[in-house]
Amino acid sequence: MNAPKLTFLLAATTMALVMASPAQVVNDHGPVLAAATTPGSKIPIPPLHSFKPAQPKRVELPNGLVIFLQEDHELPFIDGSVLIRGGRRDEPAAKVGLVSLYGQTWRTSGTATMDGDALDDQMEDKAAKIETNGGLASTSLSWSSLKGDFDSVFASSLDLLLHPVFNQDKLDLAKQQIATGISRRNDSAAGIAGRQVSVLAYGKDSPYARQTEYATIAAVTLADLKAWHERTVVPNGMIVSLSGDFDSAAMEAKLRAAFGPLKRGTPLPPLRTTFSGPKPGVYFVEKNDVNQSSVNVFGLGTEQRNPDLYALAVMNEIFSGGFGSRVVQDVRTKLGLAYSVGGSYGAAYDHPGLFVVGLGTKSESTVPATKAVLDEIAKLKSDPPTADELRNAKDQVLNSFIFNYDSPDKILSEQVTLAFYGYPLDFLEKYREGVEKVSASDVSRVANKYIDVAKLAIIVVGNEAQIKPQLSGLGAVTPVDVTIPPPPGGAQPEQQ
Amino acid sequence: MRSGVRSGVLKYLVVGVLAFAGIAAEAQDLASFERRTTVKKLPNGLTLLVCERPEAPVFSFFTLVNAGSANDPGGDSGLAHMFEHMAFKGTDEIGTTNYPAEKVALAKVETAWAAYDAEFRKRVGQDASKLASLKKSFDDAVAEAQRYVIPNQFSQIAEANGAVGINASTGEDSTQYFWSMPSNRLELWAYLESARIRQPVLREFYKERDVVQEERRMRNDSSPIGRMVEQFLATAYVAHPYGRSGVGWESEVSQINATEAAAFHQKYYVPANIVVAVVGDVKAADAMPMLERYFGPIPAGPVPEPMTTVEPKQFAEKSVVIREATQPFYLEGYHRPDYRDPDDAVYDAIADLFSNGRTARLYRSLVRDQKIAAEAEGIPNFPGDKFPSVFAVYAVPVPGHTPEQMRTAIHKELDRLKTEDISDAELARYKTRAKADLLRGLGNNEGLAQQLAEYQTRFGDWRELFRQLAKVDAVSKADVRRVANGIFTAGNRTSARIEYVARAPKSAAAATPVPANAGGAK
Repeated sequence: MNAPKLTFLLAATTMALVMASPAQVVNDHGPVLAAATTPGSKIPIPPLHSFKPAQPKRVELPNGLVIFLQEDHELPFIDGSVLIRGGRRDEPAAKVGLVSLYGQTWRTSGTATMDGDALDDQMEDKAAKIETNGGLASTSLSWSSLKGDFDSVFASSLDLLLHPVFNQDKLDLAKQQIATGISRRNDSAAGIAGRQVSVLAYGKDSPYARQTEYATIAAVTLADLKAWHERTVVPNGMIVSLSGDFDSAAMEAKLRAAFGPLKRGTPLPPLRTTFSGPKPGVYFVEKNDVNQSSVNVFGLGTEQRNPDLYALAVMNEIFSGGFGSRVVQDVRTKLGLAYSVGGSYGAAYDHPGLFVVGLGTKSESTVPATKAVLDEIAKLKSDPPTADELRNAKDQVLNSFIFNYDSPDKILSEQVTLAFYGYPLDFLEKYREGVEKVSASDVSRVANKYIDVAKLAIIVVGNEAQIKPQLSGLGAVTPVDVTIPPPPGGAQPEQQ
Repeated sequence: MRSGVRSGVLKYLVVGVLAFAGIAAEAQDLASFERRTTVKKLPNGLTLLVCERPEAPVFSFFTLVNAGSANDPGGDSGLAHMFEHMAFKGTDEIGTTNYPAEKVALAKVETAWAAYDAEFRKRVGQDASKLASLKKSFDDAVAEAQRYVIPNQFSQIAEANGAVGINASTGEDSTQYFWSMPSNRLELWAYLESARIRQPVLREFYKERDVVQEERRMRNDSSPIGRMVEQFLATAYVAHPYGRSGVGWESEVSQINATEAAAFHQKYYVPANIVVAVVGDVKAADAMPMLERYFGPIPAGPVPEPMTTVEPKQFAEKSVVIREATQPFYLEGYHRPDYRDPDDAVYDAIADLFSNGRTARLYRSLVRDQKIAAEAEGIPNFPGDKFPSVFAVYAVPVPGHTPEQMRTAIHKELDRLKTEDISDAELARYKTRAKADLLRGLGNNEGLAQQLAEYQTRFGDWRELFRQLAKVDAVSKADVRRVANGIFTAGNRTSARIEYVARAPKSAAAATPVPANAGGAK
């Protein structure tokens, strides 16, 4: 569950975390920024030290299992993970929450020979971890230990992968955790706004937006978890990846011995679903204990495989890619209307992402701040990027590109993601080349092609009594009821 | 041990280790860091620390200013944080089209603000038309100064040169600035960083103050936990500034001005109060002379005098009860000494035993067995550790359970610490994890730069990061019992809770926060 962490409250920071940063990116050629008048521009920028990061070794077993091995000898640890096709978006509509419950219960229940509690003791004694997780498109089992403990921790991980038990007691515990999250989900204005963006953009019944409710988790049984496991844990639907202080040849032999005997199965088929985008309009959720409105302007985004991705990435940088971007310069720096403001034309790997621009602004400035954001969105089309904007945006992407692969872990994780979604393994290199070629007219072209203010919706979560001028200044307002449906048949908990 | 100022997660940075169970590779021990780490205290008092970690052609820096919200002057809560925002506004060279003219214009802004603010704060005889005219003069002065501004140029130069993770944060104890960059931009970074320490220009101050107030609304006013924690700290401390809002009380943060921020900089951003750590693809032999060229000319100033206020001993239990239509929560804290206390590692051990993973006592008791909480943790030092702080414990009830049940269950666990020895396995686990966590933290530039800067600041020697292991290893079962008996007493306790109360029918004002215009002059 998303339990509040006190530490987040301790530090005030310059930049809010919500500033979406689209794929960061590189220019190893020591390019020179900026006009000669820019302060610091006379400081020499030597060529970047040559750097050819090692790519992970890829192995495919006859049963379809894909393995990536990434040696990293800096520290005496070995980390590994098994990524398994199928996730929350694939669960039945009446059992939303099943995969999250599976992700928790799998690990806490343990195996036939070692229950989850005993496994906790054993791992903590070694400062090691074995965890399982249920995600949107996949589930996973991961482990981490000192290299000296690898054999025993890997054996336990394999045991958990191949011989799990699912206990009612641990399922009940997981349900309680998720119920706590449900009960608390209306305490955060930004949380409400974020959920409504998905619901309104994808549709409330979409696999990408469905809400977990008391009723849907109540419907999940132990048999559902077992069936999910049986169905998804097949070698031709899994990617195993390891990084750390090992010898690849020896590790490959261990993994072949461990995973080679698994029998092929039928991985979950790709999800087919349709996307229509939000019904344009102003949606409002009342929350009378706040003095700041959470506002999102949103619509559908695109996919990473879109050939316009590079021009859209540059457009995103110009629009909201940092302190120098238009929306930050205007809404935050010039108008002082928000601390947290940002967003991007989002791209997901295998379905349309979201175009979301969000901000938090005092109740009284809800309407002017929203209008300022809408203006900036409209200007994407009316005001083509200036030469300075284009250069800054591209420099920003390209000069920071090294941070996509400055550690073996990042390289491995990128390769696993690309393999999982069936992308070419040179995607990152192509991305860099693509961004280098983007021109001002490319940015204008994609802005005109993809940005249509008339198709966007606005969600506001705020304190209506304080919102003056009123929201109707933005258009007809549709109230949204976010009351949490009570548990089926059961009494409403004292708090909801 | 240090409370990772910015680690975001509530896992205090567990640290310490000389050699890990005999297996620490050579690259991870103190001797290896001795070879790779260079510290130089410049004549002006600023400490530079360079740690070579040439894994990739990048570097991270962490600039730690040994002053935070606890140093806000009386009546000016939020000033340290406000200055932190201003440190991104540029310098006499960056962010301006004509500094000499801008300087004059900014001085006029301050004069106009002072006149307007004085009229606004008149308790008797405020003249509405005079106030309006002074407001107009102020707005005009701001507009005039704005003509010379190149907004966000400082950050933009960094961004265009590949900086990632540009940010800063203000804690109670210190203020820190950080980002990562390709290593061929080291000199450019040194220029930017030294310039904003030496000569920050507080342009666009009053707009940024609006931004900071939005930050307050987000973190504190509009967040149930934020509201609760602010009240908790204000109740736990009667004298020490840890009890004040770090982002600032609305009435104060809305009235601070650039003159006050400049004075704060003058007093606390002296070189002797600053440590700058750089970690990554950097050769100290080449970098140090260059860094000295940039950081050396910052004028020296006196080290700020240590704080006089020490929180007096608490002798009566205190509590905060919030009744509103938000979900229940329970938090309590017990005063403890600062990080220099010989028992510092014992507090860490208790927090670890209470909180770390699914073997932790609070998880097993409140979450797994009693099934009354979704999460429960202990925090060794809250809200800082430079000064005497509180050992805090909190629990998040599951639906249908109450803060009172959390309290009872937590007290049972605290009592167990006082009456029974912890097990050998628990103690060993703490020590093993402390060593492993230190090791794991050595594998990235950002974390390493932060830790080296923090240890260099707090102990005067970064090596203490490794030497803490001795203190961790020395913790005994008897220590845990003794410390628990010493602090976990009713008279030393402050608690805060949120009790759910159904929302009153529409229009009845329930827990409605003040509107934004409740602060000072705008």
